[in-house]
Amino acid sequence: MDSVSEVEAAADRLAEEAGLDEDERFHVAMAVREAAVNAVLHGNQYDPAKQIAVSMENTGTALVFTVADQGKGLNPDTLPDPLAPENLLRGSGRGIFLIRSFMDEVHFRQLHPGTELTLVKRLASAGEQT
Amino acid sequence: MALTIASREVDGVTVLDLSGRITLGEGSVQLRDAVRDLIGKGQKHILLNLEQVNYIDSSGLGELVSAYTTARNQEATLKLLKLTKKVHDLLQLTKLYTVFDIYDDEAKAIGSYR
Repeated sequence: MDSVSEVEAAADRLAEEAGLDEDERFHVAMAVREAAVNAVLHGNQYDPAKQIAVSMENTGTALVFTVADQGKGLNPDTLPDPLAPENLLRGSGRGIFLIRSFMDEVHFRQLHPGTELTLVKRLASAGEQT
Repeated sequence: MALTIASREVDGVTVLDLSGRITLGEGSVQLRDAVRDLIGKGQKHILLNLEQVNYIDSSGLGELVSAYTTARNQEATLKLLKLTKKVHDLLQLTKLYTVFDIYDDEAKAIGSYR
């Protein structure tokens, strides 16, 4: 889990450098952390032989993060809704929901093997200039 | 900062004062062990004081839910006290605010077990 904390800290730094306020930084760092946790835990299933690949970039108009694992793949359409009454008391299944809640765009791409998530947080100042 | 847990008794209620982060690998296991230990000893009234918990991730949220259901299944009651804004917002977002009995005032929380 050390790598996850490093990824979270790096995402937080990028968000701070981009001028996001504290709440937005918290959201971005948490979303990226959740994506990294998913990659290690559900994607690679803690297999030490498998790695996660993370990239992060400030494009000037958005913060763009990618997190890829080497697991069996993930179909986001099959994930149970954590807000459904029958799922509220489940002990897991909220990570992707939080990522979608905190980021402006979330894209899934199937790799062979693995899954790549792309998380996008648009920068408000860039939008105001257009 | 990892999670630290201090336990105290107030009028028959065990208050766990949590401080730090409740995340996968940093606090969720400690929380699980602490709650299960209390329930194993027959404690029926458990109050989690989250005033000093400034970060919780999806695993930590799941651990709170598991603690709640574990307590309920053993006919114990687990409630929450003094959420920070971040934790409050996360519980609202995930609709877990509707699951837990949540208090801002410790005396009222303690009194609610009577």
